[in-house]
Amino acid sequence: MSKRFLALIAILVAGLVLAACGGGGASSAFECTDAIGCVEVAAGAPIRIASALVISGPNTDLGLDSQHGVEIAIEFKGDVLGHSVELQAEDDGCSAEGGQTAGQKIVSDPSIVAIIGTSCSGAGVPLAQIASDAGYAVVSPSNTAPSLTDPAQAWKPGYLRTAHNDKVQGAAMADFAYNTLGLHTAAAIHDGDPYTEGLANAFREAFEAQGGSVVAFTAVNVGDTDMRPVLTSIAASAGGAPEFLFFPVFTNECAHLATQSLEVAGLENTVRGAADGCFSAAAAELIGSAAPGMYFSGPDLSFSGDTYTRFAAAYQTNFGTAPLSVFHAHAFDATNMVLSCVEQVAKQSDGALLIGRQDLRDCLYATSGFAGITGSLTCNEYGDCADAKIAVYEIQGGDYVSIWP
Amino acid sequence: MRDRLAKLNWIDLFLWVARAAIVLVILVGTVKTLINNPYTLRNWEDFIIFGIAQGSMYALIAIGYTLVYGVLQMINFAHGEFFMSGIFASTAAVAIPLSRAGYLESHPVPSLLLIALSSIVVSVLISLLTERIAYRPLRHAPRLMPLITAIGASFFWQYYFRGLFGAQAIPFPTIPQLAGSVPFLHTQVLKPHILVIFVTFVVLVALNFFISSTRPGKAIRAVAENKDVAALMGIDVDRTISLTFATGAAMAGVAGMLYALVFQQVHFFMGFIPGIKAFTAAVLGGIGSIPGAAVGGLFLGLFESLGPSLFLQSLGIPAFNQLKDVIAFTMLVLVLIFRPQGIVGERLKEKKA
Amino acid sequence: MSLVTNLDLRKTAMKWLIASLITLSVSAIGMVELFGERFVITGLFTMAQVMFLGPTAVFAYRAVQETPQAQKWLGLLKALLIGLGVGLVMMALVWLSQNIDIRSVFINISPKLINILTFNGSGSLTLLLAMVGAGLAGGVLALVPTKLRTALLVGGGTTILTGLLSEILAERLRSLFGAQVSNAIFASKALQLVPAIVLFVLITAFVYFRSTGHIKPANIRLPAGRERLVLTALISGFLLVLPMLLGSYLTEVTNNIGLFFLMGLGLNIVVGLAGLLDLGYVAFFAIGAYTMAALTSTGPLGLADMSFWVALPICVAVAAVAGFILGMPVLRMRGDYLAIVTLGFGEIIRILALSDLMKPYIGGAQGILNIPKPMVGELSLIRPEQMYYVILIGVAVAMFMSVRVRESQIGRRWMAMREDEDVAEAMGINLVSTKLLAFTIGAGFSGLAGAIFASKLGSIFPHSFNLLISINVLSLIIVGGLGSIPGTLVGAIILVGLPELLREFAEFRWLAYGVLLVTMMLSRPEGFIPSETIRRELHSGDEAEQAG
Repeated sequence: MSKRFLALIAILVAGLVLAACGGGGASSAFECTDAIGCVEVAAGAPIRIASALVISGPNTDLGLDSQHGVEIAIEFKGDVLGHSVELQAEDDGCSAEGGQTAGQKIVSDPSIVAIIGTSCSGAGVPLAQIASDAGYAVVSPSNTAPSLTDPAQAWKPGYLRTAHNDKVQGAAMADFAYNTLGLHTAAAIHDGDPYTEGLANAFREAFEAQGGSVVAFTAVNVGDTDMRPVLTSIAASAGGAPEFLFFPVFTNECAHLATQSLEVAGLENTVRGAADGCFSAAAAELIGSAAPGMYFSGPDLSFSGDTYTRFAAAYQTNFGTAPLSVFHAHAFDATNMVLSCVEQVAKQSDGALLIGRQDLRDCLYATSGFAGITGSLTCNEYGDCADAKIAVYEIQGGDYVSIWP
Repeated sequence: MRDRLAKLNWIDLFLWVARAAIVLVILVGTVKTLINNPYTLRNWEDFIIFGIAQGSMYALIAIGYTLVYGVLQMINFAHGEFFMSGIFASTAAVAIPLSRAGYLESHPVPSLLLIALSSIVVSVLISLLTERIAYRPLRHAPRLMPLITAIGASFFWQYYFRGLFGAQAIPFPTIPQLAGSVPFLHTQVLKPHILVIFVTFVVLVALNFFISSTRPGKAIRAVAENKDVAALMGIDVDRTISLTFATGAAMAGVAGMLYALVFQQVHFFMGFIPGIKAFTAAVLGGIGSIPGAAVGGLFLGLFESLGPSLFLQSLGIPAFNQLKDVIAFTMLVLVLIFRPQGIVGERLKEKKA
Repeated sequence: MSLVTNLDLRKTAMKWLIASLITLSVSAIGMVELFGERFVITGLFTMAQVMFLGPTAVFAYRAVQETPQAQKWLGLLKALLIGLGVGLVMMALVWLSQNIDIRSVFINISPKLINILTFNGSGSLTLLLAMVGAGLAGGVLALVPTKLRTALLVGGGTTILTGLLSEILAERLRSLFGAQVSNAIFASKALQLVPAIVLFVLITAFVYFRSTGHIKPANIRLPAGRERLVLTALISGFLLVLPMLLGSYLTEVTNNIGLFFLMGLGLNIVVGLAGLLDLGYVAFFAIGAYTMAALTSTGPLGLADMSFWVALPICVAVAAVAGFILGMPVLRMRGDYLAIVTLGFGEIIRILALSDLMKPYIGGAQGILNIPKPMVGELSLIRPEQMYYVILIGVAVAMFMSVRVRESQIGRRWMAMREDEDVAEAMGINLVSTKLLAFTIGAGFSGLAGAIFASKLGSIFPHSFNLLISINVLSLIIVGGLGSIPGTLVGAIILVGLPELLREFAEFRWLAYGVLLVTMMLSRPEGFIPSETIRRELHSGDEAEQAG
């Protein structure tokens, strides 16, 4: 019995090793001359792109919303050079290790042309590395951390994004609070998440640059519910109670801060501001009657006109809901950028396609004046493509209405 | 022998240094804060009231840990989920429909009672189901086994309720009669806070009566003392253990109701952090002791509310509010080093499982 | 009258109730809907159908099994009743959802779900018939001779599992044998019909002709002498070529399993051998990772620009020292006090790591970036297939140490202390140093895992070091079998690998994880591969009872 068992294992190992060494090599109709490899799409086969967005856990809405944007972009685009487009949707888990696993899963599939992702900047850092090493192009619709397009920090060749850099949004909110609302003291709260911390810092720098003073800069923890002690200590800041309170945190904590700050002595008249982490139908519902006197910064989609109207209608019919979060339009644009570059660089023969990976990257970085629904996209050498237009919204009757600029 | 003594002294020395350092930091911080005093009297009163209100909720949840621990010597890791399940289900299935129908606004008292009742019923049902399926078969297994099933049950219920009612936080309807505040000393106390403190007080008194003076309560105490003897005395041990779980879960159901009134949102993950905090509170007060749970809860609430501002603010620590859990856990370690049995726990030799 | 007694209505009703509840639950929480278009066998049946018909079949099967041998036809009647009952309940759900707005409360009871339940809208009668069919099928299965039944169950189970994992298997087949082979067997993430039948028949036949009638629990015993040597060589060879077979994604999963296995080995010393319940084990993982990051990062937060290999022993040492220091205050605490205090330590470390206070040194929320990969000569170990060997070496060293330590005098001291501290002390064991040693060694293992983790990831953020990791490591050593090294490996594969492979389950992975923990503990309380001592302990009671 045990001898037979050993023999079985031996045969199994030997067979698998042979398979590992011998397998693979499919014959090709093309010769790939690209420096970092090619994707071949056979006649009749779909062009495959992958997404790595957060589709589980507490930030699901953020990623699912972007994924819907990708799906609609594919639907609107129809066939590309006679091939259908197929989406392989992965989960970035909104964490570094999630981004790494999703990245490895995607790059293990050589038929994938490009990656749309990630949702969270923390997941973007390892994914950019993996994709870059494997020769893939990544376009993120929602990474906003400045480090990701900073070559001294996390930027890697092949990484681009259509989302605006935190610095832009922080500056816009500071501008709005200081100049439009005429508020000269402010406080900022983050929740220890890289995104919220980055944005709160960007706001602080911009607000101080405008000439305002930031009287308190503090943090809560994700999952906290009782914000009153924090708010009380902000109200008693050495520089006096702030006129403007900025908390770019996510839905649940944002709603707690928004409602509880009205009940804390000294903050009754403070104007409140939040950012796109708190920009969703769910957030509006949770904030409820505390909405007056509160402003939300987010991408400005007001000018995009016809395409966005069609997009919103398709979103409603396909997914039975209004957009869940804010980066669907960026995902739509990211997908279109990739597909239009595929159209430009693919070599055709007998219905099959050959896409050079370096060609695709070069084409993406060369994007200029691309008409998207988030604006006219032009990529710089480190992949910042966003035509960053930030608007400020307020909630009127449960809907976000743009009031600035 | 001398060798061991030398080692012990060395470790004791380290511990004394550690304790002294923590106490020193706290003292310096406190004194500096009191000298600078950035806060008004009203602020201090606010901190204390916020702390008591939060602590009351911890106390109610901690009762569940402490009762179960007293009877079974097990950490019921799923207790936070009993707390979540009741109010999450009753908000989604009772409060929201009532509010849509306008009944909540027109008849707040019967509505609130109905919501509280449904919250308690669901919490109790979930706790009984968990006990029956995940704990009872392992009653004689080593102690780590029920801890793992408890963790499993905790995950299960979180994602089960997430599936039923969704991943989004659900806003608990606002009740106009509970909006606003009442003047007290130099400050204004929010009406929900008054309700929380009042209800917690009443419930704790009632629980104390139940445990000390009624037959089922005495049965719980007897089983906690010694299961075998209790069984010999004609007490149905299984039923009494179920009753213990049900009592703890009912307290959690009430706590859930109060939580919803104060924080106005419920979601599937809301039980996790309060669960851990309440467990901490139970240990802080002395696990197995009901007054301990109450005292531990209040202390923890106060540490969280007052601690960052009182201890850390004047030490120039950036974003000091972020560290409130560090304070809570440090205080726990400090208390346990000085009084290993907790603040009001009896100095018992630990029972062998 | 006698029919009613024979039907054992109470028990049957109970089974009906439980089956209904489970079926209602999987429908109402959205699992059925999630898998509505997920075919197990292309075009034939979906995961959703397995999910909502399965429970009825299982309980009908059990009802028949419990019926006395002579009245098996009565058993079938029970099975029929259960099927009918569950069918009626589900029909009621369909009717309710069409007539009142239950979706405003139970958000997952959607028109799509109803469509799936009624087999693409062909009516609730189809649903009823399908349920009755499932009940009868389960019942009939119970009547089939044991040997054939086992074979059928194993065959069916394997086929469904293959269908479930088709995406990954298809990818492997494609890269090992080419796209034609893969496409012949799998299509659009599911098994093709013909290969499915072939697989089912083959496995069923194989099991039928091999089995002796019932499944025996695996009895793993190492062969002796020369065979042992051969086996070791084979296993080593297998481990060396494993990444080539697995491809980069599955190797990545294997690497994660390896890291958790490494932590499990360390926690096994603390909990399994020394009996100290530690819920904050992630603290040392974090310390190891942050030390590695600070020492090697080429970014602005890097301190020393060290190489991975130089930094590695330092990371282990730092984590071990941290274990020693954190061990001291908890020396005199017992059992559950220890649990909450260690949990607190874990949280303190995490919060400090993300705090603005520590931001200038370790990056706060933004973490530490640009951690280089290990270098071997000029080669940077970028790919998971390369990182695999680093982890393999780490695991091998840790396993070797675990075995040596356990069988040494210290190991016996730990076990004595676990059994009874007072007796151990009376026997002359120095509790203080014994406990501290357990904490220190355990922390060192975790630090090693953390250091490799940081280098493997290339950038670390405080969010990676949450309580869930401590819970996961504790669960895996207990599910695998406390104190057992192969058990820890199996635990890591089940609790780390399986959720990764079942990514499709999305949120329900955690639900399944919970169910798995509970059922594992209930069915095998001693763990998957228990260590000898624990097994003896758990069963000593049974033997005593049997004897008495």
